[in-house]
Amino acid sequence: MYDIKALYEAESVQDAIRLLQEHPEAQVLAGGSDVLVQIREGRRAGVELVSIYMLDELRGVTIDEDENIRIGSLTSFSHITNDPIIQKYINVLGEAVDMVGGPQIRAIGTIGGNTCNGVTSADSASTLMAWDAIIEITGPEGVRRVPIRDFYIKAKVVDLRPAEIQTAILIPKESYDRCFGHYIKYSMRNALDIATTGCSVNVRLSEDRKTIERVRIGYGVAAPVPVRAYTAEEFLNGKEITDANIKEFAETVLNDINPRDSWRAGKALRRHISVVMAERALRESISLAGGVVNG
Amino acid sequence: MAKQYKVVHCTINGKKVEQVVDVRASLTDMLRNDFRLTSVKKGCEVGECGACTVIINGEGFNSCIYLAVWAEGKEIWTLEGLTGPGGELSDIQQAFIDEGAIQCGFCTPGFIMTSWEIVNSGREYTDDELRKALSGHLCRCTGYENIFRAVKKTMLRHLGKFEEAEKVNSQGITEYPEPMPFK
Repeated sequence: MYDIKALYEAESVQDAIRLLQEHPEAQVLAGGSDVLVQIREGRRAGVELVSIYMLDELRGVTIDEDENIRIGSLTSFSHITNDPIIQKYINVLGEAVDMVGGPQIRAIGTIGGNTCNGVTSADSASTLMAWDAIIEITGPEGVRRVPIRDFYIKAKVVDLRPAEIQTAILIPKESYDRCFGHYIKYSMRNALDIATTGCSVNVRLSEDRKTIERVRIGYGVAAPVPVRAYTAEEFLNGKEITDANIKEFAETVLNDINPRDSWRAGKALRRHISVVMAERALRESISLAGGVVNG
Repeated sequence: MAKQYKVVHCTINGKKVEQVVDVRASLTDMLRNDFRLTSVKKGCEVGECGACTVIINGEGFNSCIYLAVWAEGKEIWTLEGLTGPGGELSDIQQAFIDEGAIQCGFCTPGFIMTSWEIVNSGREYTDDELRKALSGHLCRCTGYENIFRAVKKTMLRHLGKFEEAEKVNSQGITEYPEPMPFK
C-alpha cells in the first residue's frame, strides 16, 4: 500500500484542472515512476494525488495542421521510440528516451513527467532543448504555449501555474525539417542509471553538404536545468565542415555550460566529457546528414 | 481521510474479473492479495529489480509502481497464466529449467514474463538487443548467462531455427560445440 492521503482520478483534461483547483495541495500523477517511488521513500508520504494516467487523449504522436510534431504528454518512452513519425523525423528523440531506466520503466515513464519534474538529467530534455520544443500547457485560463527554454525555471521548478497540466510537446517544422541529430548519454551503467551528463546535437547542412547551415546543441546535467550552448552554435553556424571548426565548436561549449560537483561526478570530469561529447555527437550528426569532413 | 475504494474491471490471465481495491494499492498488492498470484514478487518495490514484472496490454511493466486502479480495462498476464490446463510448463519455463537459469528463483517469474514478451514478438533479437531487453531485471545469484541462453534458445525455436538453438553454447554464443548439458 502506498502512503497516499487521497487519490482523485481525472476523467478528462478539464476534470483534471477542476480537481487541481479543488485540491491545491495535490500532486499530479502521470506514469508515477518518480512520484510513486518518492512516496515509497517517504519523501512525498501522505500526499493527495490527481491521477491523469488514464487520459488516453494525452497519448500518441501526430502531425498537426501547422506541421508541428505533436507528442501527447502521456506518451510513454517505449511508444515514442517505436513511433513511425518519431523514427522518420526526429529519430534521435526515440534513441534518447530509449536510454531512460530499463524496459519496464520506459513502458510507464511519460515524456510529460520527464519534463515536468524539472530535472536536468532527464534523457529527453537535452534533445527537446536542442530541437526548440514548445510546451503546451492547459489550465483554468485555457491553453498556452511556452518555449522549452523558458519552461525550465530552476532545478526542479518549471513554469506550471496552479491547476495547470502539460498536455503536449510540439516540435516545430522549422526545428526538424532536414535536420539530423545524435544523443550521447554518459553514465556509469548502460541500464537503470542516470546520466552523468547528456549531450544532444542536431544539424542542417547546406545543399552541397559542405557547410553547417544550422547546428543546435543541448545538454543535461551541464547546469541546474537543461541548457543550450548558444555561443558554440553561433560560432559554427554557416561554417564549413572541417576538423578545426568541429574542434573549436566543441571547446566553445565551455562558455555556455556550468556543471557542478556531485556524488555522481566532479565538475572537472563533466566539463571534460561535455567537450568530448559535443565533438562526437556533432560528427555523428554530420554523418547522418550525409556530410563529410573536408580537411 | 476515510478509506477510499474503487471497483476495477480487467482481464487477468485470460479471465475477466471485477475487484474492489483500496486506491492506495499497487497492482502487485492486488495480484498477490486479492488473486493469490504470488509469482508476482515484491522485491525492491521501487521499480528497479523487475521481480514484479507482469505483461499489461502486451508490454512488460513493473507492477509495484503501477496503481491497482490503473488496471481498469487492461489485459494482464502473470506467470500463472503461462502454464497449460494441467499445470504443464510453457516452453520458456522449461528452457529456464533446462539451462539451469534458476538459483534462488526470486527473479525468475519476472524474467520469464519479459522473456515471454520477447519470444512471442516474432522478432529475432541480436545478442545486444536481448541483453538490453532483459536489463530491467536483477538476479542477485548472478545467473545471467544461463538466463540469456534460455531466452535465446527459446526465441530461436519460436522462429523455427531449431538447429541454431542447439548450437547456442554455455556463453550464449552460437556456432560452437555444445558443452555438457546442465542436469
